[in-house]
Formats: sequence, C-alpha cells, structure tokens
Amino acid sequence: MTDHAYNFAYLDEQTKRMIRRAILKGLAVPGYQVPFASREMPMPYGWGTGGVQVSAAVMTMDDTFKVIDQGADDTTNAVSIRSFFQRTAGVKTTTKTADASVIQTRHRIPEEALTEGQILVYQVPIPEPLRFLEPRESETRKMHSLEEYGLMHVKLYEDIARHGHIATSYAYPVRVEGRYVMDPSPIPKFDNPKLGDMAAIQLFGAGREQRIYALPPYTNVVSLDFEDHPFEASKANHACGMCGAEHSYLDEVIVDDAGGRMFVCSDTDFCESRQQAGHMGKDAA
Amino acid sequence: MTPLLSVDGITKRYGSHIGCADVSFDLYPGEVMGIVGESGSGKSTLLNCMAGHLAPDAGQVVFDTRADGPRDTVTMSEPERRMLSRTDWAFVHQHARDGLRMGVSAGGNVGERLMAVGERNYGDIRDKAVDWLGRVEIAADRVDDRPTTFSGGMQQRLQIARNLVTGPRLVFMDEPTGGLDVSVQARLLDLVRGLVRDMGLSAIIVTHDLAVVRLLADRLMVMKSGHVVETGLTDQVLDDPQHAYSQLLVSSVLQV
Repeated sequence: MTDHAYNFAYLDEQTKRMIRRAILKGLAVPGYQVPFASREMPMPYGWGTGGVQVSAAVMTMDDTFKVIDQGADDTTNAVSIRSFFQRTAGVKTTTKTADASVIQTRHRIPEEALTEGQILVYQVPIPEPLRFLEPRESETRKMHSLEEYGLMHVKLYEDIARHGHIATSYAYPVRVEGRYVMDPSPIPKFDNPKLGDMAAIQLFGAGREQRIYALPPYTNVVSLDFEDHPFEASKANHACGMCGAEHSYLDEVIVDDAGGRMFVCSDTDFCESRQQAGHMGKDAA
Repeated sequence: MTPLLSVDGITKRYGSHIGCADVSFDLYPGEVMGIVGESGSGKSTLLNCMAGHLAPDAGQVVFDTRADGPRDTVTMSEPERRMLSRTDWAFVHQHARDGLRMGVSAGGNVGERLMAVGERNYGDIRDKAVDWLGRVEIAADRVDDRPTTFSGGMQQRLQIARNLVTGPRLVFMDEPTGGLDVSVQARLLDLVRGLVRDMGLSAIIVTHDLAVVRLLADRLMVMKSGHVVETGLTDQVLDDPQHAYSQLLVSSVLQV
C-alpha cells in the first residue's frame, strides 16, 4: 500500500524534475559530476540518500525494484531502502537481478550481466576521486575542467612504493571516454571491468556531497594504471563454499573461533540461483 | 638574442594600495636576476604576477615558449599557462610546506610533475626520483619517507628537486633560504648555484638577504614601495649603490 501522505516515491515532482535534469546532464557528459540540490531524506547520510533520490527520480509505477548492499538483498541497508520504496511508491520489488528494472546498489555490481532497459543506481559516499590528495574543491574542479589528472597517478605511485603493488582494492579510479576521471563508488576493483561497455544505464548519486554523475550504456571506461604495473581485477583465490562458483566476487566469513572460515559469493541472488540449479560448493550443508 | 622573459609595465594594485608599479625588464637565457627590497616593497607581488599566480592590472609578461616563440602569458589561456607552470617553469616557495604534498612520499613528490606531463611507467618515474634526490643530497633510502619526517633544509631541497625534475628553463624563487639556519643556507645556496650553472637555468630570485643575491644573481633589481629604484649588475649595485634606499639597504647588513 502506498502511504498517501507522500507523493509517489516520496519526493515531490519539482524535486524529481530537478534531479532528472542533473541525470540527463550527467548522461550527456559521462563521468562529469553534476551538482544538484540534494534533499533531506528520512534516513541518515551514509545510508544511501543520494542513491535513494536518484532511484526516486527515475522510478515509475511499472518498475520492479531491487536493492543490494555489498551484493546482498537481505542486509539492513537493502531491506530498509526496499521497504521505503514499497511504502512510498508501491512498486513491485524483487531479489532477482534479471527481473528488476531499477537496481539500487551499494558497493557491488551484480554478477549477472545487466541488459538494455535496466538502470543501475549507485550510492556514492565521496564522489571526488582526487579529494584525498587535493582537499580544495575549487582546485579539483579546475583539475577536472583542464584534464589535469597527474595527481591520480601519484596515489597509485604511493601504493606501489608502500606495498609493492597497487593496493587500492575498492573505489579504484577510472577514466571515462578518455576524458573525466571518475570514482566508481566503493565497488571492489573486481567489478571495474563491468563498468565499461555495460548495456544498462549507470547512475551515481552522492547525497551528502550533492553530486550526480552517470555512465550511458556502452561507455568506454578504463581503470588507471602504470605500464609496468597494469590494472588487475582481483578477488579471493577460492571457489564459493555454497555454490562452487569460481569467478564470482567472494566474502570471507569467519565461522568459528578456531580460525575456521569460508568464502561465499557476495551476490546472494547469483549464489541462490546457482544452488537452485544444482551447483554445490564444498561447504554446502 | 631573444630574451627568455620580457616583462613590460607590470602593475598590480590592491584597491588604492600599490602592489608593484610599472616594472619592466628583460631576462636572457642562463641569467639569474635578483629582486631585493624590504618587506612590503612588492617583490613577492611582482614574482606572483610573473609566475601567473596573480593577474596583473596592466602590463605584459612575454615568455619565449618552446613551441610558439614569444607569447604573452598574461593573456594566454589558463590551460596553456598551467601547462607552462608544470613544464618550463618552476616555483620554489619560501615555505617548503607550500610547495610540497606533505602526505605523499618524497618519491611521489618528485614524480608528480613527471606524471602530470604523462609519464606512466612506475620504474622510470622512480629511477628519476631517486636520481634527483641524489642531486639534492638526499639519501636514496629516504625516497619512501614523507616530507614531514624531513628537516627544514631537506624539505627545501626536496622542493627544489620536485621543481627541477621536468627540466624547466625558468625558476621563480621566493625567499628560498628564508627560515633556514646559516650553515644550511650556505649548503642550499651552493647546491642551487651548482644546479643553475649545470642546467643553464634562468632564475628570478626574490629575497631580502643581500648575501643570497651576491652569491647567485648576475643582475639585481632594488624595489621600494612597489617601484624599482635601482637596477644593474649585482656587484655594481652592491659595491656602489646609487639610490639612497639602496645605500641604506647595503649599509644595513650586519658585519660579523
């Protein structure tokens, strides 16, 4: 049931139009951070207020909505945002990646390849990839507008100097269409290759920082690296304990206090579908 | 011979107050120019106008670029000017902290300009960084240490290495020895003099320390209240100052 105290999908129509304008601009200039007037949402910053506003702006009555948090459909963040839209928009929800038309995500891209017509909405904590090296917003904006991205490599240089390899394992910076350097939100770098040439529309919303950026379908996205230290999409070197998948991104789960641990797919929908199809890992009961 | 830098009628006002007024001079390749004067005489304003950090109210700063010959850097587009300041120009700040990234290792600091002009090979960048640390007398095993762990003199030398790594042709220095003790100053001056001679650099050095210009500068400009009151060869100005203010300045130096 829709709670009639609110407009469809909580935000008023004027606000949605404002957000849609920002999204369209973001799609027109892939990777460019478009400022928007982020609203107060009935949830704390850090819980996905940016993603929720973007989802609310693109959602229609006919959409089927899915929320994942670290790949899982059943964690606090995912459950609360899903029920938020169930109440305020009354849209159908699903946990099946293929059935969803709008997917809001925190920290992962689903394992199953997305298709044309789907929209993937990312929750972004800090949209500015240069922020930790250059604290001045006026300066980072200038660096983006003048394509001065040498500093981004200084970060990777520091990684190699300190750890012997590029140790940045999430929020790994990418270059979009040879132009803007973009923070892909804190997805593991395992997911970086999926950003490029994706059939679905990808929208990024940062509520506290008031920025929206976007990747239209089939955009060229390259992860930054050095000639002698190329980008590598890394994951734990195991198979999933539940479904036996060898090429999915894994969570490490501590199972006892004697050093016991297991690795399971972080994408719960992917893992469950595989188990239903009869795949079984070594830890499956 | 074309001057490397030709400054014509540079004027900068802060409201009704004059920063510097109608300054003109030519700087030829390989030449080191000293600008001296008391605090507030407009030295730093002039330097910042020439280096593109401040927009002058009037005047031209014509730089002999590698690609297109003499160009006015005041009217040049900002991307071009910023490109110049990463490649052909270097700026050494009085406080090393203003010119360094304190959260980034020494190697990263030296490598930043290389990466900014498109170097993408970690091994090469690191080799060049180690080489430059050696040239400014910083041990190679400090390459991964942050500048916060360096002494004031080392920070200043690191800043110089970071600036010179892309082989600039013109170096702006704002009080490069300010705040350092005298023995460290002497070493730094020795180092800078060596680098300037070896690399054939042109430099503009702003200082209130006459000993610095005596050692480094070929020519000298004395500024007072925003105006240039005397110019000439360094030894000539220091040994036989003509303007009353220059005379005062020279006679104010403490003799040990």
